[in-house]
Amino acid sequence: MSGLLHEMTEKARARNVPLGAQIDLTYRCNERCVHCYLDHDDHGEMTTAEIKHLLDEMAEAGVFILSLSGGEIFLRKDFFEILEYARMERQFCVKLKTNAIMIREREAARLREIGVESIQISIYSHRPEVHDAITLVPGSLKRSLDAARFLKSQGLRVVFANVLMVQNLQDYEGVRGLAKEMGVESTLDPTITPMMDGSRSVLQLGLKQEALRQVFRDEGMLAEVQEACAIASSADENVLSALPCSAGHTTCYVSPYGDVFPCVQFPLPTGNVRKQRFLDIWRDSERMKEVRSIRLRDLTTCSSCSHVGSCTRCPGLAFMEGNMRGPSSQDCEKSFARTGIPSANMLTKKPSAAANLVQIQIAQTASAAQTSSALA
Amino acid sequence: MSSLYVARSSRVAARSLDGEMMIMSGRDSTLFTLNKTATILWQAADGATSLEQIVQQKICTEYEVDPGEALRDAESLARDLASHGILQISEEPIGMGESK
Repeated sequence: MSGLLHEMTEKARARNVPLGAQIDLTYRCNERCVHCYLDHDDHGEMTTAEIKHLLDEMAEAGVFILSLSGGEIFLRKDFFEILEYARMERQFCVKLKTNAIMIREREAARLREIGVESIQISIYSHRPEVHDAITLVPGSLKRSLDAARFLKSQGLRVVFANVLMVQNLQDYEGVRGLAKEMGVESTLDPTITPMMDGSRSVLQLGLKQEALRQVFRDEGMLAEVQEACAIASSADENVLSALPCSAGHTTCYVSPYGDVFPCVQFPLPTGNVRKQRFLDIWRDSERMKEVRSIRLRDLTTCSSCSHVGSCTRCPGLAFMEGNMRGPSSQDCEKSFARTGIPSANMLTKKPSAAANLVQIQIAQTASAAQTSSALA
Repeated sequence: MSSLYVARSSRVAARSLDGEMMIMSGRDSTLFTLNKTATILWQAADGATSLEQIVQQKICTEYEVDPGEALRDAESLARDLASHGILQISEEPIGMGESK
């Protein structure tokens, strides 16, 4: 994060302003990625008018950086209408997340015309047989890469997002090389998110300790392996007073059904914009306030862990394990892989009960608009 | 009398935070922040109101400043913002729909 953006983020946090937000416009998708946590049916997405109204409320609340994601955003017939409204009428800084397989020359030109900060494209491998076996769509790698070229030719900023799992473990260098060759950026993330219905079966696709260690200690990936893998010094009062992450502090997430959560990876329902004003949910939701109240010193187990100051612990993943103040096992594994020191959670070997999490409850009525989110 | 007109670029992202404007350039994603005075100028830059009118009506009424000095500062600021592509300047009124 640039110094100026960091400064503005701190200012936003002090004034309780949601500087960044992600809206998933749809959960429908034209790929069927094996690791995806979403239910791809449409349970009553917000209409164009509802989304525009939400954008009005978000702009008024101070949201500046807006990520539009899904599902596949280009499946919405009103996608460009929404994007144009967000950019031209409400002046958001817009980032897109897409598989890009519906982007051709015409769409790329339109995106340049409207102006977006970046387009993040999911690329899992440089080899079609690996990428397409993850998306379950033959030809998807070629189409995504063609789109990336169209976007680049329009001078747009493209970022390849690679989720690392068992299937593509050997290909992250290939994706990075491809990105370099095409002049685009790339990111790598070994996090697998549990399914939105609470099922954790998808986690079996995640990397095991030995593979994680290989990635974290790859000198080709990290210029300063020693520094990145160094054991953090003991936590002082400053560290323990720090926030776990930006979720609920300066960022939040809204589902296609209008449900507001602290983050896309933190399925704690805090309200619904179909029933309440966005700013009222942001400011007054008791659940949002609870998330906001947590400091590192409040974390059970983690506050006494040697990794507390350097861990990538995700409060949302911890929540999905049953306790938003508890450890996130995936991040314990990452800290262990980086440093060779087991986390406090790993040493206690105390199994945590996974919460029965349901993000979406489908109302048994004809009205799809009655779809609601709840923690079952 | 200055006949300089200023218009906000439609290529930028912008949001006010505590009276200061955050602006991200559509050209290269560079982030800028404007102080409260510069924010007044930015918000008034509708392409139809001259810079001199903006200074007289929006800045001199808000701050105790010499109008001539304020106008010189405003021109310098406007040219600086224009060099980053976040403001358009012209000696003729600018249609906001035309601003790039």
